[in-house]
Amino acid sequence: MKSYILRRLGYSLISLLLLSLTIFLFVRVTGDPAVLLVEPGASKADVEAIREQFGLDRPLIVQYGEFMWNILRGNFGNSFYYRMPVLELYLSRLPNSLMLALAAMSFSLLIGIPTGIIAAVRVNQWWDNAGKIFALLGLSLPSFWVGLVMILFFSVYLGWFPSSGSGSVLHIIMPAFALGWYFAAAHMRLTRSSMLEVLGSEYVKLARLKGLPEALVISKHAFKNALIPVLTLAGINLVIMVNVAVVVETVFAWPGIGRLLYEGVSFRDFPVVQATVLLGGSMIVIVNLVVDILYAVIDPRIRLER
Amino acid sequence: MAMNGSRTASLTLAWRFAALRVGNFPVIPTTILVVIVLVAIFAEVLAPYNPEVGVLGQRFRPPFWQVGGTDAHLLGTDHLGRDVLSRLIFGARVSIVVGFTAVIFAGVLGTGLGILSGYLGGWVDQVIMRLTDAWLAIPALTYAIFLAAIVGPSAMNIVIILGLVYWTRYARVIRGEVLSLKERDFVRLAIVAGCSKRTIMRKHILPNVLNSATVLGTLMLGVVIVTEAALSFLGVGVPPPQPAWGLMLADGKKGLMAGYWWLTVLPGCCIMLMVLSANLLGDWLRVKLDPQLRQL
Repeated sequence: MKSYILRRLGYSLISLLLLSLTIFLFVRVTGDPAVLLVEPGASKADVEAIREQFGLDRPLIVQYGEFMWNILRGNFGNSFYYRMPVLELYLSRLPNSLMLALAAMSFSLLIGIPTGIIAAVRVNQWWDNAGKIFALLGLSLPSFWVGLVMILFFSVYLGWFPSSGSGSVLHIIMPAFALGWYFAAAHMRLTRSSMLEVLGSEYVKLARLKGLPEALVISKHAFKNALIPVLTLAGINLVIMVNVAVVVETVFAWPGIGRLLYEGVSFRDFPVVQATVLLGGSMIVIVNLVVDILYAVIDPRIRLER
Repeated sequence: MAMNGSRTASLTLAWRFAALRVGNFPVIPTTILVVIVLVAIFAEVLAPYNPEVGVLGQRFRPPFWQVGGTDAHLLGTDHLGRDVLSRLIFGARVSIVVGFTAVIFAGVLGTGLGILSGYLGGWVDQVIMRLTDAWLAIPALTYAIFLAAIVGPSAMNIVIILGLVYWTRYARVIRGEVLSLKERDFVRLAIVAGCSKRTIMRKHILPNVLNSATVLGTLMLGVVIVTEAALSFLGVGVPPPQPAWGLMLADGKKGLMAGYWWLTVLPGCCIMLMVLSANLLGDWLRVKLDPQLRQL
């Protein structure tokens, strides 16, 4: 068990290292990093000064070492636009993104799981087909377009919901739906296939043979086991949601880290962009690690496998 | 005799049509995709106006079936007086070119690395796999935005960026396939016969993974197009004034509160049609080409 955890930890560390190395190299190798690291509208003298300050003519190894050293101390640079440390800025916006992701996740689970279960129980009947269409649309429609159409419909034409900003429950409903539809579709599909698999398994057959009513078979025996992969995916998807909400947050002017990334790109605020990618990627690596370890704790087959 | 002959003829015809329907060949999605490709190729001929030049006196005209619309601009005009229909037609070109090229680039890169990683094993495998893990960890959109912010927006850069972001999806799957192919008899026989590693990878492994790669390609097409639209929407995709559907959505957002619905709904419908068709075609291909992949 311990060896498994250590091995997974090792892999994650390597991934994080490679992640930071890739980001570091991309900036240094493509074009002139001094131009990126300096404020927009700076003079040539400023560019040279930045080159001095960051030591951009030193060997790459040395620069990388300093880069990593700074990161480990929490120093991600200062935002040009907001004139404050990037890490502070990022952490102040993160709760908003988390709130949106949680709302979208609740929506996706509340819609996705029951729909998936019913679709599996009534395979190829009306509900299954309707569910398939819902899933297909959710996986194909770009989330930001869904958001835009919702604004058009519910804000401009009907005037029910506010079209941007945050602050009340009404503000979160549309972005949560726009963000959540894709994941609702993914969760529905997974629930359905997982449920189908479980319904064909031996212990369900036994329960039926015992004479249990179908409703009891489904709710007591099949349901919980079918949920395991779905909840695992949901956990990972939560972090992914936080990161891919860029466009939805931009459409609805929701003050989260996605919007922060957009602002960083628009205002040429490079420290913000770099930090968002680094932190976003690291978050996902860490969550994957945690989920893998939890999985190993729950399911002994996994830790004895390799 | 004539009657028997014609009956057999019509039966054969019916049998042929039935054979087409076997496997639920998605006629409509494929037709839509073909139409979009044709529109993209013949954009100059089909589009009534120049998509990049607008007449400021004709701004914000609604489609022809609404009050204030004209027959001159069937789908209305945008905030600079540019014809929406023409922009949609030329936008198809951008989506098709960027989409297909990026998918092919990602596919070639990912399949190549997947084969190397799976067949050669050892440290090559480890390095490529760790790299894949690291790159997969970054959400595609964030990564693409980051890269676009560094190198600056242009159609060529976008293709390269999308290829760099999505090759990992291929590498993972192809590597798995190669791992199982390695154990097959025909590969072992080739090794015994003295084929070099390169020959085996080229002549025996590669043709057998092309199926999966193609299926993945069709599935990725939808994803790539949506990502490209998102990049254009955020302003880091194909630069204006070149028309791209995502860019039209960004422009359309400005007119949203005033109720200029056609600037938002129409480009989005185009994106939706293309992605839906690609996804449906990919699903069918997946089932048809390799039953083992049904779990994907």
